[in-house]
Amino acid sequence: MSIQPTGLRAWLLTDTPTSRHHARMAAYYQAWLSLKSNHMAMFGLGILLLLVILAAFAPILAPAAPDFQILDLRLTPPVWVSDRDPNIDGFILGSDSLGRDILSRLLYGSRITLYIVALVALIAPIAGLFVGTVAGYTGGWIDIILMRITDIFLAFPRLVLALAFVAALGAGIENAVLAISLTAWPPYARIARAETLTIRNSDYIHAVRLQGAGFIRIITKHIWPLCISSLVVRVTLDMAGIILAAAGLGFLGLGAQPPMAEWGAMISEGRRFILDHWWVATMPGLAIFTVSLAFNLLGDGMRDVLDPKEGKS
Amino acid sequence: MTNLLDVENLWVRFPTRNGIFDAVRGVSFSLGKERLGIVGESGSGKSMTGRAILRLIRKPGMVEADRMDLDGVPLLTRTEKEMRSVRGQKISMIMQDPKFSLNPVMRVGKQISEAYRLHNRVSKAEAKAKTLEMLEAVAIRDVERVYEMYPHEVSGGMGQRIMIAMMLIPNPEIMIADEPTSALDVSVQMQVLEIMDKLVVERGMGLIFISHDLNLVSSFCDRVLIMYSGRVVETLKADQLHNAQHPYTRGLLDSLPRLDAPVDRLSVLQRDPEWAKAESVTS
Amino acid sequence: MALAETSPKGRRKSSPFTRFLIKAGKTVMAISVTMLGLLFMTFVIGRVMPVDPVLSIVGERASQEMYDAEFIKLGLDKPIVVQFFYYIRDVVTGNFGISLRTGFPVWNDIVRVFPATMELATIGTILGVLIGVPLGVLAAVKRGTWIDQIARVVALIGYSMPVFWIGLIGLLVLYGMLGWIGGPGRLDVFNEDIIPPVTGMILIDSALARDWFIFKDALSHIILPASLLGYYSLAYISRMTRSFMLEQLSSEYITTARVKGMSERAVIWKHAFGNIKVQLITVIALSYAGLLEGSVLTEIIFSWPGIGSYITTSLLSADMNAVMGGTVVVGLVFVLLNVFAELLYKFFDPRAK
Repeated sequence: MSIQPTGLRAWLLTDTPTSRHHARMAAYYQAWLSLKSNHMAMFGLGILLLLVILAAFAPILAPAAPDFQILDLRLTPPVWVSDRDPNIDGFILGSDSLGRDILSRLLYGSRITLYIVALVALIAPIAGLFVGTVAGYTGGWIDIILMRITDIFLAFPRLVLALAFVAALGAGIENAVLAISLTAWPPYARIARAETLTIRNSDYIHAVRLQGAGFIRIITKHIWPLCISSLVVRVTLDMAGIILAAAGLGFLGLGAQPPMAEWGAMISEGRRFILDHWWVATMPGLAIFTVSLAFNLLGDGMRDVLDPKEGKS
Repeated sequence: MTNLLDVENLWVRFPTRNGIFDAVRGVSFSLGKERLGIVGESGSGKSMTGRAILRLIRKPGMVEADRMDLDGVPLLTRTEKEMRSVRGQKISMIMQDPKFSLNPVMRVGKQISEAYRLHNRVSKAEAKAKTLEMLEAVAIRDVERVYEMYPHEVSGGMGQRIMIAMMLIPNPEIMIADEPTSALDVSVQMQVLEIMDKLVVERGMGLIFISHDLNLVSSFCDRVLIMYSGRVVETLKADQLHNAQHPYTRGLLDSLPRLDAPVDRLSVLQRDPEWAKAESVTS
Repeated sequence: MALAETSPKGRRKSSPFTRFLIKAGKTVMAISVTMLGLLFMTFVIGRVMPVDPVLSIVGERASQEMYDAEFIKLGLDKPIVVQFFYYIRDVVTGNFGISLRTGFPVWNDIVRVFPATMELATIGTILGVLIGVPLGVLAAVKRGTWIDQIARVVALIGYSMPVFWIGLIGLLVLYGMLGWIGGPGRLDVFNEDIIPPVTGMILIDSALARDWFIFKDALSHIILPASLLGYYSLAYISRMTRSFMLEQLSSEYITTARVKGMSERAVIWKHAFGNIKVQLITVIALSYAGLLEGSVLTEIIFSWPGIGSYITTSLLSADMNAVMGGTVVVGLVFVLLNVFAELLYKFFDPRAK
């Protein structure tokens, strides 16, 4: 036999794992390697990491406070625009109708976006996972009732449901998060149920049951872990949709309330000046587009890695 | 007697993340109007050999050979368009499971007549008549009804006979049968094989029979190639199987239960990594 | 025996007609239950809204007597279950109440605005199918090449675009700066209300009236919003087409077709594409349903008087009758399109029979 190379890389790339933990780490490393070879996914990941850094250090990076107004310098164009008064300092991306620095507002706004996305990405898949696995594992009447409810939510026009919900509970970020989660969980429930149905009758579940494992143990320890990977892919792909929905609510004035620097609300504000002062609406739109594209690139790459049907052979 | 097919030093390669993987490594053989069996375990490269002859290895897989001639004319240098007139018309192939190898949303009759019309300029009615005739030749009764059926409506045995009809209808010179009975019920396996054998012999075709079943192949073929790890380790006349020299073949034979010489305990096949390194045997 | 080898399907005791009735009954049941749930949800939304339905009818300055009379007239003194029952009865008879904002019956409003949405969604879907399907097939066939990558980026950009923003920018550039297309609305102001509404879809109505001037005007107004919706549906349809095609192209029967000596083009379009048609119809129906219900923001940006902007404007002005009615109708359309897609599936796929 040849001499085994040592080191972490070799340990991760082994064909003969020595423990369950080792095997899992090796599998993660293999997945990471194939994701790493996908340039577009890496590009997306890079943008998202940058976004997190920008959001974390917004108070240091931003030239001004997000609601600091200089009313005399309203609607200043970005620095590269030729008809801008050269005596004005700052306002790299221009200023809005209240003389606030758009760049600063974008930086602070990234915190709101990340906050909304993170909360929805926690609430909706977990709710869906719960409903889907319970429906799929128990079957019978519970399954029928839960899936009917899921269908009803699916049949509801998503944005209208979110709108109505926010209108009923009052506008604001938390309610926007709840409203988006309320419209986002049904697909997760369907995925989780489909996975559960295929797992439910497998031999190892029978074996676990024969060993005396109860309902909760089987679902949490043996079914949930197997649903995770397909849910993670779906969540990453849905992130862009969540961002767009949040921005849409903000645009309609039902998300974050002024003076908070939410990107959708910023577009809505810039809409009034679109003909003469294009930058006010354009900058936040570009930000939304970039971030949701980044999520889509990453999610698409992850699907290639984690979904063997779609993956490269 | 001239050979239908001559293969010399055939390699099939697939690039992977850890370098190039050789699925078939320097296989050589020739085929006349005979029945040649290729036996090996899964992953031994036997199916890849069959597909390489038809040049149906998908990219990024590569096929290389010193010589791969059909009726003395090279196959590897032909264009894709020229290959299309080889496939079906000169060489055709039956695959393992009719459940997957028949198009699920197309009527059986249409799939067969399509194979005929690809190589013969005939009217639809003529193609249909020819198809019905062919269905009868594979021992299907009530051909008019079967013609209108969808693949999921027929049994496995009938599905495989339909496959045979479809592959024989353009009257090819060589037939590759890739595990044609592995997915079938034991009760219909022999029936399907007999039909295939009868038609192949009647039409004077060459047959390459790929299987993992050593007994089946030796009872059915004239000559047997034994493949291991992408190489041909031994080639034998089918009736000389008991004289096999190579330890792998011997191991395979010893691990089969025999009614005429029962043993208490069947021997387990021991693999020697040296076998994979040795040169291919030429037949 | 050849006969015995065919599957034993069709040998049950019940006649085909009975089986059809059972199936139809089940479908109707499923629709009814979903619709009931939908009605329940709109009812709940209507009840929890912080809007006093009585006050919004009689007005702030009404006397207590007037208020009480209206309160009883609306049935608000009855138990909540009875109120829900009244609501269902009203909806089934097509009575969605009067819209406070427009002063018309909600049903009449919906009949008026729905064709505008349909016109937009239909053209969007047509664009999405015409470009998305070939793009998806091409991406699957050329998998892993630069063509596949471009198709992927095109689709992902479609998914990532905030439609209300790109609509604004599009209006700014194509209408405001270049003047190539019409502005917001379905027609220029001086062209409105000239063509008698037949279908409510201006492109069709003006073509029927042979008024090509108005037809051209309508086209110049619809082109941008329809393209945006079309782009979104293109993204979805092309990705789904690609993944369906990949699944088929790796199937064994594709190898069979190649072994027969078929050309690659025939293998792709006749065999592989033939197998995804049914799935594709389902996807297109779903995407159409999505455009019918999901074009709220597009309609608002383009001042498009469709159902989406009707519901939203009503919601923002607390006109609950209109919101509930509009939502129920959109939900019903969505459910029916789903059922339609499922029926098509059963009808076209030989395996589903």
